[in-house]
Amino acid sequence: MKINDVPQDDSVLEGRRRACYAEDDRGAYVVVPSRGWEVERIVNEHARAALAEALETARRAVLAGRLSPLAYHMTAGQMGARLLAANAGVSWWRVRRHLRPKVFARLSRDTLERYAQALGLSVEDLTRVPETAS
Amino acid sequence: MTNPPVPRPFPHQHAGHCESGTVSALLRDRGLTLGEPMWFGIGSGLFFLHTGLVRVGGLPLTAYRVAPLAIVRNATRRLGIRMRYERFRDGETAARRLDELLSQGVAVGLQTCVYWLPYFPSTMRFQFNGHNVVAFARDASGYWLSDTVFEDVVCCPPDALARARFARGAFAPRGLLYYPESIPADPDIEGAVRSGIRATCRQMLDIPMLPVGVRGVRALGRRIAQWPARLGADRARAQVAQVVRMQEEIGTGGAGFRFLFAAFLAQAADHIGLSGLRDLSKEMTAIGDEWRQFALVGAHICKGTRPDADAYRELAALLAALARREEALFRELRAMA
Repeated sequence: MKINDVPQDDSVLEGRRRACYAEDDRGAYVVVPSRGWEVERIVNEHARAALAEALETARRAVLAGRLSPLAYHMTAGQMGARLLAANAGVSWWRVRRHLRPKVFARLSRDTLERYAQALGLSVEDLTRVPETAS
Repeated sequence: MTNPPVPRPFPHQHAGHCESGTVSALLRDRGLTLGEPMWFGIGSGLFFLHTGLVRVGGLPLTAYRVAPLAIVRNATRRLGIRMRYERFRDGETAARRLDELLSQGVAVGLQTCVYWLPYFPSTMRFQFNGHNVVAFARDASGYWLSDTVFEDVVCCPPDALARARFARGAFAPRGLLYYPESIPADPDIEGAVRSGIRATCRQMLDIPMLPVGVRGVRALGRRIAQWPARLGADRARAQVAQVVRMQEEIGTGGAGFRFLFAAFLAQAADHIGLSGLRDLSKEMTAIGDEWRQFALVGAHICKGTRPDADAYRELAALLAALARREEALFRELRAMA
């Protein structure tokens, strides 16, 4: 890739620039800051759309009483049950149980705090989900 | 927003990849100046792996590089630099040790999880524990980091950094910090370059049984054409998107580290006076351009702007050709080193 071919499309970098390696006129490699590449934006949006869809599915399931708010916030934090378990210091099978609304509703303050801490939320936010899709 | 003044000068440089950039900055701060591509090549960073046995967010893992920290470990060992690595049981001890080293003026490399670093654009925040940065100062506004993925140094709040250092899961950093303990006055760069090249060739050509390296590229080429039929259009698209993201989005210097490696070959040619490496650098650049073509076709698939059958066939053909060219290149490269 030549310096002039380094893409400068506004992309996933939100105004920041990343370093690309490209050849200058004399064929020597230099670092060229790039604002991003359209291709990146497309594949990133594709992946994020899938995440957003999973989150919305979880949100509806919580409002319908099929899953606990923990399931929603776990999805929002891009975590699976195993990763959340490791981050919260709760065993994996207990995390799975806590995805059920009835079990979740009986959780101790201490356990709720562990989850809140692991997900970077307050306990109040952990126990509810947004009324409308984000 | 006006930034607070940086408490001490640090030789920050924008880099293609976090790990080679971090080790390059860390050693530059201690007086050993070697460009990022040299670190990447000497640390034999280039690789290829695509496997459904490990999943990231439910999708097969694709890696264009070796495992986290392998570049730092291999490159410093080959250059005769003695490194010290410290991991911690809890965040308090880890923060105390970091503060202690920073107050002595020692810049340190840190392993972190991207998800918790607030200065990352929200679109790029994902759960990945192998992100490396340099911490070089601390003051009232927080920790000063040289994150080589970005153009300028950044300031990070202590609680966010603590979280990033103690995220759990695959490759959990457990507060890892590292710094050079002793640096040879006159490191054997030629020896290090040759051994880095030999190791790269081994990784790309010789690993038996597993479809990794060049054979991994070929195997993916054989399978990718069947994805739409086997997995359904949506799932196939998601997997293509993931491969392309790993190639371009996450800081590779472009084309899944191929341009970074081409830059290494060109710079190595000058360092050790082996002009044949320059021709291979040109070929690696051409190979990188083809990987970009692969990404472009992948984007068409995600957008649905080309008929699937046609586009997947092109992806397969591109990968087959890439495997052939990379194999020839690494065989020739091995003969030189």
